[in-house]
Amino acid sequence: MKKLRLLSLAVAMMLSVCMLAGCSNSAQTSEAFKLGGIGPLTGDAAIYGNAAMNGAQIAVDEINAKGGIQFEFNPQDDVNVAETAVNAYNSLKDWGMQILVGTVTTTPCISVSAEAYADRIFALTPSASSSDVTAGKDNMFQMCFTDPNQGLSSADYMAENLAGKTVAIIYRNDDAYSQGIRDAFAAEAEVKGIEIVYEGTFTADTQTDFSVQVAAAQNAGAEIVYLPIYYTPASVILTQANAINYKPIFFGVDGMDGILTAEGFDASLAEDVMLLTPFSATLEDETNQNFVAEYQKRHNEVPNQFAADGYDCIYAIYNALTAAECTPDMSAEEICDKLIATFTSSDFSFTGLTGNDMTWSADGSIAKAPMAFIIKDGQYVLP
Amino acid sequence: MLRKFKSLKKTARTDFFTYLGVVVAFIVMFALQQAGALSSSVSSWLVPICCFIVMAVSLNLTVGILGELSLGHAGFMSVGAFSGVIAAMSLSEAIPFAPLRLALAILVGALFAALTGVVVGVPVLRLRGDYLAIVTLAFGQIIKDLINCLLVGYDSNGLHIIFNLSKLTIEDLHMDETGIAIIKGAQGATGIEKLATFPAGFILVMLTLVIVLNMVRSRTGRAVMAIRDNRIAAESVGINITKYKLIAFITSAALAGAAGALYGLNYGSLVSSRFDFNTSILVLVYVVLGGLGNIWGSIVAATVLYVLPEALREFQDYRMLAYAVVLILVMLATNNDRLKALLGRLLPRRKEEKDRG
Repeated sequence: MKKLRLLSLAVAMMLSVCMLAGCSNSAQTSEAFKLGGIGPLTGDAAIYGNAAMNGAQIAVDEINAKGGIQFEFNPQDDVNVAETAVNAYNSLKDWGMQILVGTVTTTPCISVSAEAYADRIFALTPSASSSDVTAGKDNMFQMCFTDPNQGLSSADYMAENLAGKTVAIIYRNDDAYSQGIRDAFAAEAEVKGIEIVYEGTFTADTQTDFSVQVAAAQNAGAEIVYLPIYYTPASVILTQANAINYKPIFFGVDGMDGILTAEGFDASLAEDVMLLTPFSATLEDETNQNFVAEYQKRHNEVPNQFAADGYDCIYAIYNALTAAECTPDMSAEEICDKLIATFTSSDFSFTGLTGNDMTWSADGSIAKAPMAFIIKDGQYVLP
Repeated sequence: MLRKFKSLKKTARTDFFTYLGVVVAFIVMFALQQAGALSSSVSSWLVPICCFIVMAVSLNLTVGILGELSLGHAGFMSVGAFSGVIAAMSLSEAIPFAPLRLALAILVGALFAALTGVVVGVPVLRLRGDYLAIVTLAFGQIIKDLINCLLVGYDSNGLHIIFNLSKLTIEDLHMDETGIAIIKGAQGATGIEKLATFPAGFILVMLTLVIVLNMVRSRTGRAVMAIRDNRIAAESVGINITKYKLIAFITSAALAGAAGALYGLNYGSLVSSRFDFNTSILVLVYVVLGGLGNIWGSIVAATVLYVLPEALREFQDYRMLAYAVVLILVMLATNNDRLKALLGRLLPRRKEEKDRG
């Protein structure tokens, strides 16, 4: 039986290999550009991946409805693991991907960008914000701020508008995003003379209880609590701070976006929270409102910043493809070279949901102005 | 020749087929890869499959052969991966020849994992009962958090390592302008040069098989299995329990470290949270589904179960659900008496063998 089982397994493996090998030779002569998307669609980070991919899908559908350039969009799951992301990337490559939108989270993106660099496939990430993502790769671009940039902007904003107040930081020290922002913030705070009175850390395993950190921040007399973290742990911090009647100014970054719709969270506690984010679902702008309405219609929730980043990625690629006069029958490499030239050229700028007149530098990072919002009556308003 | 082969012991024949199967699989896949007949996704699975085969076989040594439950095998993989990455990146100028650097990195990974194996094993394996499971469970978590505190860089003055207990950053290493950051705490290792290749993975799998199979069929292995089957009887015939337990456990840890180094050098970035409790359990699932103590079973299970979630990509969001259903079906099928009876009827030879045995 052992031998038979081995044999049947071997046969099955051979067959599946042949099948997979067969798929790989699919011709690239279709009418549409093949856009691959990678992000965590399941698992702990699924909210970010799904938001970005849903946002991108809306943009793809809008563009396809217009006529002209057509897109075929194929989002794949990476569970926020580098290895799975590389596998997803390779399966997209077999599908015939010409341009990559992704990956959504930082660690997988660093691995995938190394592969995309070797294969010369143009990649634009909606939200992988570490500077390691683009370092040394000319074909990797970001739609979001880099982590250092966010930390820097936060410190500058505080030095200007909230001068003289003492700051406590609570950040997640096993997360590249949170740690990256904290490091840049702490460095800039020293330059600007912002006094940091307390720093508390947590990890993925301890993000359900912050009573120790919140109480320590209160005892240290911090007037601002800086939260360079995602909104789910932030919602717990806000709830626990309220429980011990501690009311400092809470200051978040783009990960804080989404706090108003966090599950099981009393949104009134987020009143007066300040955050730096490039996108607000409540802005009066027409494109913005159309996008929010469409997203709500499809997914029955208010889009967050990730969805807007995903949406912008598609339009930025669309504009660049138009400007570079690319056609779907070009190889990924040709498209890559043309898109790099277009994205880095001085006359290419892009206005979307997450900023106006955004430009990219040769190192792949984006230049756009961060917007500081304050939450009043469940709405983001400019302070 | 054939008669001579038939006169071999059953275990020797099984081992022969295990080696043969691995070699044939390698030759077929390598030839297909070289001919460009493999899709890029299949090519990208080859190295991780090799890693997980080594992981499964080495865990089988602890769980199946030694009979101790280890829930922190990914911890050893993590130690091997990070020490291997540090070795490979800091030697990049001294040794430009990539395969040699990879071999050294794997060796360093195995060495450090073996060292941690000693630290974990010496106190715990002297005890009776399920202590190893509890301690390795904690060990996996501790390693994850320790690596999150590690800052490592390399410059012309050599290696800089600090343990970040306060709020240090990579700047605090004070490296000169040639410095490269290797591990940046929670941000993990980035910018890793991809050294791992499929032939290297194959060699590692073969080495693992040689080590594990020879050990199991030797005096040491018989002693280890005697401890598993009846500790008191083993003790009564003068077997040094702690020594043999340690040999098996440390070998297992070292092999996991080697697999980790290969794995770490296959991707551009590496974070310690990859090697969490779930990864340990995943490897344990490979071992249990492949059969405790069954080496070729571990190889097949690791390969099939690694490919399965990737092959199920067409199910989109439901792929992990489909994966779980397949796992349950496999478990039901392999434990189904009626199915076994059916196979037994189809293969009378097997039945004869069983009767004889």
